[in-house]
Amino acid sequence: MKARKLCLTLLLLGAASSALAATPQELVDKYTAEAATSAPGFRPSAERGQALFTKEWGVSAAMPACTACHTKDIRASGKHVKTGKVIEPLSPAVNAERFTSEKNVAKWFKRNCTEVVGRECTAAEKADFIQFVMQGGK
Amino acid sequence: MKRVAIALAMLLGMQLAHAEERGGKRIPPDATWEKECSSCHVAYPPNLLTADDWKKVMGSLDKHFGSNAELEAKDRKSIEDYLVRNAGSGTRHSSSTLRITDTSWFKREHRDISPKEWVHPEVKSPSNCNACHKIVTGYPWSEHDIHMPRGIRWEGDGDDD
Repeated sequence: MKARKLCLTLLLLGAASSALAATPQELVDKYTAEAATSAPGFRPSAERGQALFTKEWGVSAAMPACTACHTKDIRASGKHVKTGKVIEPLSPAVNAERFTSEKNVAKWFKRNCTEVVGRECTAAEKADFIQFVMQGGK
Repeated sequence: MKRVAIALAMLLGMQLAHAEERGGKRIPPDATWEKECSSCHVAYPPNLLTADDWKKVMGSLDKHFGSNAELEAKDRKSIEDYLVRNAGSGTRHSSSTLRITDTSWFKREHRDISPKEWVHPEVKSPSNCNACHKIVTGYPWSEHDIHMPRGIRWEGDGDDD
């Protein structure tokens, strides 16, 4: 009886935590669908995603581009330019935790786009970017 | 089984007593605080700033010491509540810049560290606690866990408050 209760609890916990869990591909699909509502036929592009990643926006002096902290190699660890804290690689190929939580991804896009790009990123840019990190850096 | 439990309880008791001896009140951990606040820097212990200061910090996360650190409303509120609940009190923990490193408590604790040591490449800034305090979970931190980066000497004075 006790074991059954435990199993049920674990099952429920698993279901609750997977509610926000995702795969990188699912996130690309989600942002693609969102982008397609204003741009019918939108297709994500790794090339555009890479351009977004390496572009020098020049909005923030300390963080002119994403690469200021993440480095140009998405398979390598980066370093926060202000605090010096190590930032794990962006590439899901070497860091399986990347792009697996919808909530985390939304949080970091909001923070980092506002900071580096000077505005929030569009759904199209987000789809492009995740497409890039999934394919790029090989 | 019972013996193990008793031994564990005793160990825990000893640790608690030790922490209190050192003048620091143990602070219960909080998963959201730990996860969110440690993603860019050490999760600074709640008792190192006053409740009023924490409210100001948590009310301006879009401009968080030059970075955008916005959180979802629910997480922001839960972390603010945790910080306020466990905040420090008194002028020695208040800071008009909202920086812990500007409190008189911090300055006194670190009075023996010379200015040039703060800019050592591995230290970078006084806010980088982890450069010397190697174990930064479970406040209060222990002086036993202080290891200065290469080239910096530190000799404890036994003053652990």
